[in-house]
Amino acid sequence: MRLTKDVIVSRKGFDPLPERLLLKGGRVIDVEENIDETLDVVIEHGRIVEVGQVREDGFNGDVLDCRGKIVSPGWLDMHVHLREPGSEGKETIATGSLAAANGGFTGVCCMPNTNPPIDSQEMIQYIKDRSKGALVNVHPIACISKNREGKELSEILELVEQGAVAISDDGSPVMSAELMRRALEYSKMVNVPVIGHEEDMTMTAGGDMHEGFISTSLGLHGMPAVAEEIMISRDIMLADYTGGRFHVAHLSTRKGVELVREAKARGIQVTAEATPHHFTLNEEAVLGYNTNTKMNPPLRSEEDRLAVIEGLRDGTIDAIATDHAPHSYEEKVMEYIYAPFGVVGLETALGLAGTELVKKQRFDWNQIVRLFAVNPYRILNLPIPVVKQGALANLTIFSPEATWTVKAEKFLSKSANSPFLGWKLTGKPVAVINNNQIFKSVL
Amino acid sequence: MVYSSKHLIGLSEISREDILTVLDTAKSFREVLDRPIKRLPTLQGKTVVNLFYEPSTRTRISFELAEKRLSADIVNFSASTSSVKKGEILVDTVKNIAAMKIDMVVVRHSSPGTPHLLARVLDANIINAGDGGHEHPTQALLDMFTIREKLGKLEGITVALVGDISHSRVAMSNIYGLKKMGARVLVCGPSTLIPRYIERLGVEVYHNIDEVIPQADVLNILRLQLERQRKGLFPSLREYHNYFGITRERLEKATRRLLIMHPGPMNRGVEISSNVADSDHSVILEQVTNGVAVRMAVLYLLAGGRSEIN
Repeated sequence: MRLTKDVIVSRKGFDPLPERLLLKGGRVIDVEENIDETLDVVIEHGRIVEVGQVREDGFNGDVLDCRGKIVSPGWLDMHVHLREPGSEGKETIATGSLAAANGGFTGVCCMPNTNPPIDSQEMIQYIKDRSKGALVNVHPIACISKNREGKELSEILELVEQGAVAISDDGSPVMSAELMRRALEYSKMVNVPVIGHEEDMTMTAGGDMHEGFISTSLGLHGMPAVAEEIMISRDIMLADYTGGRFHVAHLSTRKGVELVREAKARGIQVTAEATPHHFTLNEEAVLGYNTNTKMNPPLRSEEDRLAVIEGLRDGTIDAIATDHAPHSYEEKVMEYIYAPFGVVGLETALGLAGTELVKKQRFDWNQIVRLFAVNPYRILNLPIPVVKQGALANLTIFSPEATWTVKAEKFLSKSANSPFLGWKLTGKPVAVINNNQIFKSVL
Repeated sequence: MVYSSKHLIGLSEISREDILTVLDTAKSFREVLDRPIKRLPTLQGKTVVNLFYEPSTRTRISFELAEKRLSADIVNFSASTSSVKKGEILVDTVKNIAAMKIDMVVVRHSSPGTPHLLARVLDANIINAGDGGHEHPTQALLDMFTIREKLGKLEGITVALVGDISHSRVAMSNIYGLKKMGARVLVCGPSTLIPRYIERLGVEVYHNIDEVIPQADVLNILRLQLERQRKGLFPSLREYHNYFGITRERLEKATRRLLIMHPGPMNRGVEISSNVADSDHSVILEQVTNGVAVRMAVLYLLAGGRSEIN
């Protein structure tokens, strides 16, 4: 067993985009623009100047062969832990951005459970400075409460003015219903969602995995699904009462999906995201005690997993977000109960969507593009990238048919705590284009 | 007969045949324990490490004696005297010990899955001496050995496990082992101490001890694992004793001769009253003696021995 991750890939940054670039022969999917056909795209100085039929011979510029590939508006992962500042040994804004680009994302939202947490103007500015000029846009999410203590509201108006796109105490739930109520009320003034990590900690303390038959067989303490559902239920009621916008992070249970579905039908302002590991794996993955199956919320029952997939299919769940949570090898090689919660996700999300949702569950890539490239922007009130003449080129190019094997050495994340190492996936990132830069995936 | 696995990690993972092999082999070693000279040269030249990350008296001494009786070289390691306090991770500790060329590791740890972790990183044979609330296979083997010795068989016998099932590795290993051997298994305890879905393992769940006693051939009485529990799972030791404690009065409901077992350590006056623990129904001390024989058998078989010893 290796004690360190050998990064054999020498890529350390993004390349400038050629002055003129032709994306030749790709299937362009732009749900917003109602496009799904084979089209050529010409980019000049980082801007799309033509979408149509363009002859390759005689084209004055570089050509990227996109035949058999999909060209989509740039993907946004709205739930990522970049670990900087505080735990730069696990990930930094730079390495997390590279991992995002490698996985097919042109944007990420970073969660504020850093050390110090993102609860001040200075911290928002720090994130912006550290990510400035990169291909990948980094959108900070600010804390709901000062110092993530769950006691007093942070300075939400100022944080949003400075650039926070949402507020969340992710990593911990807001246990106080009173504080959650006030967060939903107060954030209404600046129209940002309150992202809830839904877990009643009085029920989950000391737990290591989903409470069920497998936790009983393995002798591990359980974290029951109802602990998540109670909080989703509470926060839907609070969103209804206050008129605030509530977004459920990493929705993982069947009843949770039902609660969101009913709330949406009643017109309550609630949105939700789910992770690739929750739609791909169930609690049985923990058999054998691989600590890369330990995350929060935990891998649930098969019934829960299938309900999450149905939620993604019928629009109850708006977005796929990875909850990318890097941890070092030495922390994850610990005994199961001592290993920290969390798995990396940026570099396997596209392949897992292609494998589990498209190949096995017969989703159309249009649906996947909506879940990754449209709805996350909409939830956060960010402009949705489009494949259209005159628009800035913010694109994700991927091969829907390519199969590949997940290898830790190919990850650009500093960490490789993935339960999918060695898996064969269908659907592979090819390149991302944004901010007049290009990055070709090395997976 | 040969034991077919490299390790003894859990009874959920080994076959009925392997369990039988251990029980049969232990019978021969049990006789050795009654000889004036109790030492055999079987494991001469083999090195066994006893890696105890959790306090243990009975199990540690029992393994140590078993190893000594088989002439193994022994290294004892307990977490309080190791480099654990200097922040070394478990994998490094055990790799360092393994680098000193050892053959077998007996491990006890509070985290379920630790024996699996060791089996992944070491070449040595791993014996699980208790991993959190997961399994304690040698305890269940010695329990089954004792029942078999006293009642002549395991098939068709009704064994009731009484008490804190949720946090008991002894209960889990007993359930896996007894079910494989064809016994009927009842579990009885407060509803907050019975884990969800336990019935999927083929056991019957009871909350009233007075319904259990008339059906049982064996009562295996478990300790309240207070150190492993969340707070507030039951109101008081007093109420626990009044409703689930095994007392002489309760045993009058028995319809046949009952074997009283306990894996120890006992909390007298809580889960078991003294007049039961010390009664002639009790085989608690015989369990302890048999434990040495069973562990000798496991060590011997993992070292490549066959069940016919001489």
